[in-house]
Amino acid sequence: MALVLEGLCKRFGNSEKDTLHKIDLKVETGEFVCIVGTSGCGKSTLLNLVAGLEQPTQGRVLLDGEEVSKPGADRTVMFQEHGLFPWLSVIDNVKFGMRLAGLPKEEQEKKARHYLEMVRLWDYRDYPIHQISGGMRQRTALARSLTMESKVLLMDEPFSALDKQTSNRLREELQRIWMETKQTILFITHSVEEAVYLADRIVVFAPDSGKVAEIVTVGLPRPRHVYAPEFVDLRHRILEEVRGEAI
Amino acid sequence: MGFLLFLALLVFAWQGLYWLGVELLQWWKPYALPSPLGVAKSFLDLCQDGRLFEAAGNSLLRGIAGYALALAIGMALGIIIHQSKYLQKNLKPMVLGVQTLPSVCWVPFSILWFGLTDQAILFVVVMGSAFSVAISVDNAIQNVQPIYTKAALTLGADKRQLYFYVILPACLPELVAGMKQGWSFAWRALMAGEVMTTSVGLGQTLIMGRDLADINQVMLVMVVIVLAGVIIDKCFFLAIERRILRKRGLL
Repeated sequence: MALVLEGLCKRFGNSEKDTLHKIDLKVETGEFVCIVGTSGCGKSTLLNLVAGLEQPTQGRVLLDGEEVSKPGADRTVMFQEHGLFPWLSVIDNVKFGMRLAGLPKEEQEKKARHYLEMVRLWDYRDYPIHQISGGMRQRTALARSLTMESKVLLMDEPFSALDKQTSNRLREELQRIWMETKQTILFITHSVEEAVYLADRIVVFAPDSGKVAEIVTVGLPRPRHVYAPEFVDLRHRILEEVRGEAI
Repeated sequence: MGFLLFLALLVFAWQGLYWLGVELLQWWKPYALPSPLGVAKSFLDLCQDGRLFEAAGNSLLRGIAGYALALAIGMALGIIIHQSKYLQKNLKPMVLGVQTLPSVCWVPFSILWFGLTDQAILFVVVMGSAFSVAISVDNAIQNVQPIYTKAALTLGADKRQLYFYVILPACLPELVAGMKQGWSFAWRALMAGEVMTTSVGLGQTLIMGRDLADINQVMLVMVVIVLAGVIIDKCFFLAIERRILRKRGLL
């Protein structure tokens, strides 16, 4: 069991009710779990708690049995706004985490190449960040996250700020990369389609309650196709739940 | 090219005014209006016995020394203020307040402490510049986008790495802008200090011009002070700033 959330509660400052209320969740090693919900349902707060960027009011987060209290490279986050450093080139951004960890230069080079080729950006390695497109920036950020080979990779709506085509393209690539690496991923999204496309299991948040409505296991074989009838059915069923109403 | 022409016209008009007002119609006394030719002659005189170079060199060295000290003190103070919410709330407004004090107001205090010495001038320069540097350091760190810090922390950065690999480069453009402003404060404070004391320098040469009722020398030194300030600003700070911004695609 890679990641365990136990009775996780979060209440902000002077708020009357919990943003997150008694969340229990277990994520297996190598599993791809999506958390889906409307905006304001608390899904990003959940990710911040797992990342250690915020502290829970109650409950705890366990990673390989150890309680999490602060941010660390074993739970790298890929953000909606790429969070790349504009003073570094593409490859230096990708190497950044490895440099912090003090990896030998050759190993940094080798891994950076491996993951940059995986996201098809090796040819752009020396570009400054401001000269590549939004999609390429997110791919750079993905490569940077992958180099950490974290116990669990946290992704906070990584494709939401992109246009539809780019975002679809990137989730196809993410699916391919996940099938190659079997990296454990906890992925936050508001898009049900994205969740059904990517996840082994989907944690559906009920709107405005800070609670989990349902956990759905997606049995569809990969690679998945958004127009397959089973895909469409599942998507509709979850969408109802997310909105908290029948369509 | 257009600017040089403008400058030439200006000098020409100025000489014309002098010729008309002082020599022809005798509206003004010769010591009341400098002229381009007079300034040029004063320049040659002061160059010949090397006094101008000595004065400018002394001033520059003094300015750089005082500025370096102000940078060190200001940066340390800025970082200390940034470290503590308490200091930010209580000390920062005071630093801001002291910063509004014109640097010339430090001169009497400084002379009482150090006498009419070089140290007195250095003290005025440091007081005139360090607080502005401290304020900009604190502001620059505060304006670093939180996403950079978050990204670095989740990539495993410790506190030291966060400061050196993320916060420092992230706030570099603003930091250089603050350093530039610090320099212009230092240069002004330096002149305030030099005018009041007797160590050889541009400020003292300026006062000597007044004592000799030589308005051309006064004018010349003023021009030199402006030029030195502008050259350092453009050739040094502006060059660095542009380089940093261009590298990040902000220019």
